[in-house]
Amino acid sequence: MLALIVPVVPAVIAALLLWQLPRVMAGEVLAFGWHWVPSLGISARFFLDGLNMLFALLISGVGAFVAIYAGAYLSGHPHLRRFYFYLLLFMVGMLGLVLAADLITLFVFWELTTIASYLLIGFDHSNAKARRSALQALLITAIGGLCLLAGLILLGITAGSFDLLEILELGDELRASALYLPILVLVLLGAFTKSAQLPFHFWLPNAMAAPTPVSAYLHSATMVKAGIYLLARLHPVLAYTPAWQWTLTLVGAATLVVAAVLALRQTDLKLTLAYTTLVALGTLTMFLGDDDSVPIAAAVTFILVHSFYKASLFMVVGIIDHQTGTRELGSLGGLRRAMPVTFVAAAAAALSMAGFPPFLGFIGKELKYEGALAIASEPLLVAGAAVFANALMVAVAAILVFKPFFGPRQPAGTNISEAPLALWLGPLVLAALGLVCGIATPLVAESLIQPAVTAILGRPEVVKMKLWHGLNLPLLLSVVTFTLGVVVYLLQRPIRAALQELLQWLPLSGDRLWDHFIDGIKHLAAWQTRLLQHGVMRRYLSIIFATVAAALGYVLLRNGDIAVDLEWPQLTVKEWAALALTLAGAMMAGAARAPLAAICALGALGVGLALIYLFFGAPDVAITQLLVETLFLVLIATTLHRLPVFSGVHTPRFRPLDALLAITVGAGVTLSILAVMQTPFDATTSTFFETAAVPEAYGRNIVNVILVDFRALDTFGEILVVFTAAIAAATLIGHRLQRKKH
Amino acid sequence: METALALLVGILTATGVYLMLARNLLRYLFGLILLSNAANLAIFTAGRLTRASPPLVPAGLEAPAVAVANPLPQALILTAIVIGFGLLAFTLALIVRAYRRLGTLDADDMRVAEPRKKPEQENRHP
Repeated sequence: MLALIVPVVPAVIAALLLWQLPRVMAGEVLAFGWHWVPSLGISARFFLDGLNMLFALLISGVGAFVAIYAGAYLSGHPHLRRFYFYLLLFMVGMLGLVLAADLITLFVFWELTTIASYLLIGFDHSNAKARRSALQALLITAIGGLCLLAGLILLGITAGSFDLLEILELGDELRASALYLPILVLVLLGAFTKSAQLPFHFWLPNAMAAPTPVSAYLHSATMVKAGIYLLARLHPVLAYTPAWQWTLTLVGAATLVVAAVLALRQTDLKLTLAYTTLVALGTLTMFLGDDDSVPIAAAVTFILVHSFYKASLFMVVGIIDHQTGTRELGSLGGLRRAMPVTFVAAAAAALSMAGFPPFLGFIGKELKYEGALAIASEPLLVAGAAVFANALMVAVAAILVFKPFFGPRQPAGTNISEAPLALWLGPLVLAALGLVCGIATPLVAESLIQPAVTAILGRPEVVKMKLWHGLNLPLLLSVVTFTLGVVVYLLQRPIRAALQELLQWLPLSGDRLWDHFIDGIKHLAAWQTRLLQHGVMRRYLSIIFATVAAALGYVLLRNGDIAVDLEWPQLTVKEWAALALTLAGAMMAGAARAPLAAICALGALGVGLALIYLFFGAPDVAITQLLVETLFLVLIATTLHRLPVFSGVHTPRFRPLDALLAITVGAGVTLSILAVMQTPFDATTSTFFETAAVPEAYGRNIVNVILVDFRALDTFGEILVVFTAAIAAATLIGHRLQRKKH
Repeated sequence: METALALLVGILTATGVYLMLARNLLRYLFGLILLSNAANLAIFTAGRLTRASPPLVPAGLEAPAVAVANPLPQALILTAIVIGFGLLAFTLALIVRAYRRLGTLDADDMRVAEPRKKPEQENRHP
């Protein structure tokens, strides 16, 4: 049931988009939305122009077929509902990302796709490899996402607005601003991580741990195209500079070449496709580096071509895997009679991928060559890279069709039946679209390509595309490409063996580097945890006291001078005696070696304090102090016999550093009290208690009245605290005594 | 005379801090006692010292006729003394309990929760 409903959602979205297509073709920009954070100038606005129309159509259109396919592929899976939820969540993220008309809104949806892709790649959560791949994709794209956020905020600040439509008009101002380069670097980091450009490419092949419908969706029309969309979207603002041109051209070309080489090495059908996706992404990046209309038209066309054939081929590989249980090239063969429909879909998609006429792929390839030759900066580099990539595409397409479907039947290929309709419908329709669009090239060019190119370049462009261009240089390059492709196909075994040999010599792959990076972070975390959480109480306390000293010192320094009354204190003899007793108690407690001596000293100190309270008008405090002192003595006396008071305690040594810290804290406290003394005394509260005690509380001992009447709730809390402490202490000490009795 | 008491508070604090930084938990406890006494005396001093009579209202009057000692810090200290006592009693109980369980009063040797041994590096290559 669900398998019928879910595909309807993207299908309806696609239909709605198609309904608006004529208006977009006419050059209209449709915008809608509402305020989100008006105080920051952020709004949840969306718009529709030629560029994001193309992307939105691909996301919803391919999404509908992937949803149908997933229903059959994962049929009976216990978490199918969860899968649909993730898939739709991802789709919403992608649609929001391409339609957003506000930088912050764009970023929020960008991160939504990151999170949804994490859930999708790690869908098989009981598989450690899937979990690792999902986390790797999440971390890499999220690191890029943070860079992107910084870049977008800088962009918004420089432009004075987060509204994308306004920013797109400000290209010249932004390129002239001092922040252009930081913005460019940060935005490119975001785009390159998302679209798996070198050196962040390794997460994409690893993400093949996902169920095949996910790969078919994420790696054809959506996730990895998000970075490409961003590059295209910000093209009017950030392009037209050597920095943009060179970075995109070189990174794209490098990605393309490395990925093409790595693709040939693979024997797993799905991994081979993953690497060809990298080739496609490198190609797109390379072409987006330019600002001529032909390379841009080539890029846009290739986005369309690639989405169709790649989604189709991924689903075909999924069908083969689903029906035979393997994706290894060596164990597959002769499936063409057993699975005729799948074979037709695979063949059509592969022909488009290889760029045979009259498929759309052919036009895409011709445009690429025309565009490469039109690129002003490095036509030979770009053209050479494009020929190299396409030749490998031809070879890979041939491998994908000939190996599994032709030749002798392999053991894994016996008793195989054709897949159900829901499985082959998507790949067949998408592959057929590659053919239909190829035949109806002028219509496609006018309705989809031209508006997108216009949006990317920020100026009206007319794109004319024909199937037959006549005999020219691009056609010659096509012939070269096919010849090269066939040669590579025929020599695939030796090439693969040679590559395996060669790659063994490479010291580190990106994947391994990533492991080292993650390990390094873990070690750093462990190291700093052991540094801060060392488990030594004295050091924790030292840090706390040092912080107290620093805070006191800071406040004292900020408040300025303290006038110290240097006169000899006017104290009476008995007051001197009380002070001396306290001081002596403190000193002796600090210096005492035996605990018993320290306890005696503390007793003396308590009495001294009680006397001070008594002499300075606080008899209540004095009484309490004496009572508590007595009580504590009783407590200590009853527990001392449980502790090694008389033996077993090592003799304390003098610790100069601790002493220094202690004196610093003590000096800070003394100076603070002196500073407090300098401030004028505010007696408002005290006067209130003095005058209100009798009339309002009918008590003559003002201190008692405060405690039991004005601040009765505080006193109640205090009682609770003491009560709790008593229960806790009794539990701690008494526990074993009770057990002994039993 | 405030200066004298401020100095006394500083000395009590310094001694308390020094004792609390010791390895022996009993000395730590003594330091805690000193520190809480120092805090009480600091509040008392900050509330201004006076040799005036205690804050009592004579019979038949609505308010004290002469200047009396500031009642507010006294009320605060009373609370603080009692709470401090609760804290000390609990700490003492903890120390007794810890000694029974671990057979030592040396805080450095109490490493049950945070052992000295370096934990194993887990899941290096999942």
